Amino acid sequence: MSAADLQAIWLTVKLASLVTLILLVIATPLAWWLARTRSWLKSPVVALVALPIVLPPTVLGFYLLVALGPNGPLGRLTQDLGWGLLSFTFAGLVAGSVLYSLPFVVQPLQNAFEAIPERVLETAATLRASPIDTFFSVVVPLARPAYLTALVLGFAHTVGEFGVVLMIGGNIPRETRVVSIAIYDHVEAMDYASAHGLSALMLIFSFAVLLVLYTVNPTGKKAK
Amino acid sequence: MADRSRPGLRRAAALIAFSVLSAFCAFAARADQVRVAVASNFAAPMQRIAEAFARDSGHHALLSFGATGKFVAQIANGAPFDVFLSADQESALRLERESLAVANSRFTYAVGTLVLWSATPGTVDAAGEVLKTGDFKHLAIANAKTAPYGSAAVEVLKTLGLFDRLAPRLVHGENIAQTQQFVATGNAELGFVALAQVLRDGKIGSGSAWIVPAGLHAPLRQDAVLLARGRGNPAATALLDYLKSDAARALIRAHGYAL
Repeated sequence: MSAADLQAIWLTVKLASLVTLILLVIATPLAWWLARTRSWLKSPVVALVALPIVLPPTVLGFYLLVALGPNGPLGRLTQDLGWGLLSFTFAGLVAGSVLYSLPFVVQPLQNAFEAIPERVLETAATLRASPIDTFFSVVVPLARPAYLTALVLGFAHTVGEFGVVLMIGGNIPRETRVVSIAIYDHVEAMDYASAHGLSALMLIFSFAVLLVLYTVNPTGKKAK
Repeated sequence: MADRSRPGLRRAAALIAFSVLSAFCAFAARADQVRVAVASNFAAPMQRIAEAFARDSGHHALLSFGATGKFVAQIANGAPFDVFLSADQESALRLERESLAVANSRFTYAVGTLVLWSATPGTVDAAGEVLKTGDFKHLAIANAKTAPYGSAAVEVLKTLGLFDRLAPRLVHGENIAQTQQFVATGNAELGFVALAQVLRDGKIGSGSAWIVPAGLHAPLRQDAVLLARGRGNPAATALLDYLKSDAARALIRAHGYAL
C-alpha cells in the first residue's frame, strides 16, 4: 500500500471519527425532541432529517458546492466570520458529512427514546430527579444499544461517502482525498492492483464493523 | 362472469405485451444510432454537430460526456460505445493497440486550446501574470492522470517554473467539466479549462481569461476513432465522415479549436 493510500485511510478515519462525535452531540437533543414533542413541526423536521437518505449524494454535494461558494449563503457567512471558504477543505467535508450522515444517527436514537414509556420518566421525577439527571441516569442506559447502532452507522456511513466528497472535495491529497475517492482515482487510471487493495480493506473493515455491532447488539430473541 | 370476460382480458393483455415488445424490438433493430463517448471539453461543439448530423443524415448520435481516462477504462471493460472522441492522441492509440478500436480509423478532429479562466472579471490578466503575483487560494485543474487538459495545465506550470510553488493550492476536478464548475461557482478563484468551455459567440463569455500560448505545452491534439463495437454500424462511419466535413470543421473552429 502506497504512502498516498495510507494517508487516504488515515484521513478517512479522522473524518469519520470527528463526524460521528459531532453527530452524537447534535443528534441526542434533536432525537429527544422528536421523540417527545407533539408540536406540528415534528413531521416537517422528521422529513428534513430523513432527506439525506433519499437524496442522491450528488444533489447534496452540488447544492453544498453552490452554497459554500463565495456567492452562496453559507460561503458568505463563513467569509464574514473570517473563516474563508469551506470548499476543498477538511472542515468542509466534516460539515457535508454531518449533514449526510445525520439521519443515520438521529433515527436509531429517536426510535429508542420513543420506546421509553412515559411512566419510567414520571417515576424518576417523583424520585426527585431533575430532567438532566433523568436523562443521564435513566434514558441513556436504556438507549445504550441504540447509541451503539447510531455510532457504528454514522461512522461506517461517513467512511463510505463518495458523492458529496466528489463534489466539494477537490481531491486534495492529505486534505480531502479520502479512501472512496482514492479507489475511484485508481480505477480511472486503470491501476487495478491498488484499487483492489484498498477496496478489499474497506470490505473487511465494513464486515468487521457490522459483525461487532450484531454480536454486541444482537437482534431478535436474544435482544433484551 | 369471470369465465366469459377472461379470454377477452387475456387477448387484450397479449396485444399490449406484443405492442410493447415490438416497440422495443424496433428500438433494437434501428441501425441508424451511434453511441459516442465524447471528452468533456468537446461537449458544446459536439451537441451542435450532433444536431446538424441528424438533420443532414437522419442518424441519431447518443452522446456521453466524461473524462477521457474514464472512457478508456470503461471501453476496455466493455462499455457499449461505437465512436470515441478523445481529448488526446494516446488514449485513441492505446485502444487501437489493444484492438478495441478499428485500425486506420483514427484522425485528429480538433486541436484544443488551454485557457486560464476566472469567473470574476479582472482576476486574470491577459498575460497570465496572476500566476506569479497570484493572491489566490485555489487554482483548479483537471485530474492530470486522466484528463489531458489537466496534464497540459501541469506542463504549463512546470514550463513557467511555478509548479512547486503552486502545487499546494491545486484543486483537482474529476474531469474538465467539473474543473470549470469549481471556477464558475467561485470556489476556485481561477483554473485551467478548455477555451471551448468559456467561449460565447467568439469571445470569452464572462469573467477574465488568459489564452495560454500553444508553445507552453505539448499540442492538445484530440483524436477520434471508430471502436470495435461500431464496426459495421453505418451511423458510426457516417458520423466520423461528418466530423471531417467542412460544415463540422467550421463549427469546431468557431468553438475555439484549431484544425
